[in-house]
Amino acid sequence: MTSTDADIARPADPSLSGAAAPEATAGPSWSNLHAPDTNLVADRQTVAASRALRIFLRSPTALAGTSILAFVVLAALLAPVLYPGDPLSMVGRPLLWPGQNRAFPLGTDSLGRDLAAGLFHGARISLLVGVAATVIGLTLGILVGSVAGYNGGWVDDLLVRLIELFQTIPSFVLLVVLVAIAQPSIVTITWAIGLITWPTIARLVRAEFRSLREQEFVMAANGLGYGHARIIFREILPNALPPIIVTASVMVATAILMESALSFLGLGDPNVVSWGSMIGSGRELLRTAWYLTALPGLVIVLAVLSLNLIGDGLNDALNPRFNGER
Amino acid sequence: MSSIGRLAKTFRRTALQAIPTVIGIVVINFLLLQLAPGDAADVLAGESGSATMETVAALRARFGLDQPVLVQLVAYLDNLAHFSLGFSPRYNLPVAEIIGQRLPGTLSLMLTALAIAIVIGISAGVVMASFSSRWPDRVISIVAILFYSIPGFWIGLMLIVLFSVKLGWLPSGGSETIGAGLTGAGALLDKLRYMILPATSLALFYVAIYARLARAAMLEVNTRDFVRTAAAKGLSPLSITLRHVLRNALLPVTTVAGMHLGGLLGGAVVVETVYSWPGLGRLAFEAVMSRDFSILLGVLLLSSFVVIIANMMVDLLQAWLDPRIEVR
Repeated sequence: MTSTDADIARPADPSLSGAAAPEATAGPSWSNLHAPDTNLVADRQTVAASRALRIFLRSPTALAGTSILAFVVLAALLAPVLYPGDPLSMVGRPLLWPGQNRAFPLGTDSLGRDLAAGLFHGARISLLVGVAATVIGLTLGILVGSVAGYNGGWVDDLLVRLIELFQTIPSFVLLVVLVAIAQPSIVTITWAIGLITWPTIARLVRAEFRSLREQEFVMAANGLGYGHARIIFREILPNALPPIIVTASVMVATAILMESALSFLGLGDPNVVSWGSMIGSGRELLRTAWYLTALPGLVIVLAVLSLNLIGDGLNDALNPRFNGER
Repeated sequence: MSSIGRLAKTFRRTALQAIPTVIGIVVINFLLLQLAPGDAADVLAGESGSATMETVAALRARFGLDQPVLVQLVAYLDNLAHFSLGFSPRYNLPVAEIIGQRLPGTLSLMLTALAIAIVIGISAGVVMASFSSRWPDRVISIVAILFYSIPGFWIGLMLIVLFSVKLGWLPSGGSETIGAGLTGAGALLDKLRYMILPATSLALFYVAIYARLARAAMLEVNTRDFVRTAAAKGLSPLSITLRHVLRNALLPVTTVAGMHLGGLLGGAVVVETVYSWPGLGRLAFEAVMSRDFSILLGVLLLSSFVVIIANMMVDLLQAWLDPRIEVR
């Protein structure tokens, strides 16, 4: 009997145990579980995780992405310390070029607002919207995708129709309409971006669930009498995590791009400074003071690039199909 | 089965699949219309500047806005069936007519950008796959991921700074020289000059996507048996790459290219704003600025239809390219 129990505790598919697999010893403690390889299972998982980390750290591009992102996060955290006060207030002579005045290393805009202060405070908004929108998109996507993929049948058909519907409507146009109708603010922008990004995740999660659902460990969990919710969230979801993690990092990047495009169009929160709105206001002086447009754009590129590089590195580390070690 | 018959069957199937999507989009559109703050009566009353409560109520009754939601939905569907997307008080024109004027501009911009993206992207993908894991692959993949991270509106503005302001080579906005009275080849060349910068800004993002896709698809096809057979026959590597690998790798790329039409439309909204390009995108932007929701929703509905039609065309193209698809 011990061998069967050990089978249950073993992660279902070694190729998918990269990031997180159900903990072997969690759940009900089985009094008859004496198999000597129970602890080995945990070891194999830590090995898989450290292998993924090693591949990630060995990639120079992934490391570059991580350090750029760390810098952006640091800028966001330090913004209130380095630039206390409202970044939208006028502090100096207008239209100072970068390097013209020691006090304003990156120059000032047409209203005499410090560009550097705007960039630092803008990092807070971009990261906040990017992460919060991704959390909303992930939550909705995982809920819909897991229910569709786990249940199959008419529930699946219905939800797939819904996903297709949302993927047919041009997402950025829908985003513009949603934000325009709901009146732009940080909260509505975040929700709108979350609402238009969930179908990607839902599709992915559904595909993962459909293949994982047929595996032995799910059958075993069924046999043990686990409820559907527990099987979905504690058994299947952890095994489906690696591709979700990869997509999530790219989703943050996309959300930052969308937020900047919205605020460039004048659909940003008017009460906060954002990189996109800085470009939008700098655009009027494009011919004479192009640094007003160039600098915030460069910062957006850096932030988005770092997340995409991290996504690439994670993909190589977590997706065993494409790395040479297997 | 004859190829015509197969195509007809594919067409019937995809058309049937599109129907629930169309209904869903119409319903979403209607619900958004309900959620929009204010209604047509408010807008008209606001524009007239001297409306009393009674006039607003009379306007509501005239437009049927005092009816129950379900009656309004039926009226909206009836309008749509007559190809009417409503009326824009600001332009004093039916929405369908305004959109009809702008649609060709957007479609030409999108298709040019798509063509640029596919040609450059696939070429880059071929180079990357041929030099897999060597320096050309690494350099191009870093450039691709950089392109993937650049906001379209920003690169648009930077291209204006470089090519219009500093170098003065290309116009910074618009779609043709006004009042030049050019005809024939001259007019076409003139239009092309205006097209280069916006189409490039729009295409960059997709160049990156297609390059990576083409690379992955080619590397996958490379492992197939028929490639080994071709090599064993003594074909040159170039002819294997172009005639055997690339042809088979094109299929997944065309599928995704069709799916990206919706995304391109979204990108066009921003790029058209940058270049004052007379298209749907700028129309949507102006509608946002004047809170003209009937136009916004019309653009949303129409662009969804464009995507549905594009998806159907991709399905047909695939059925034509690959006879095995119908069997599945």
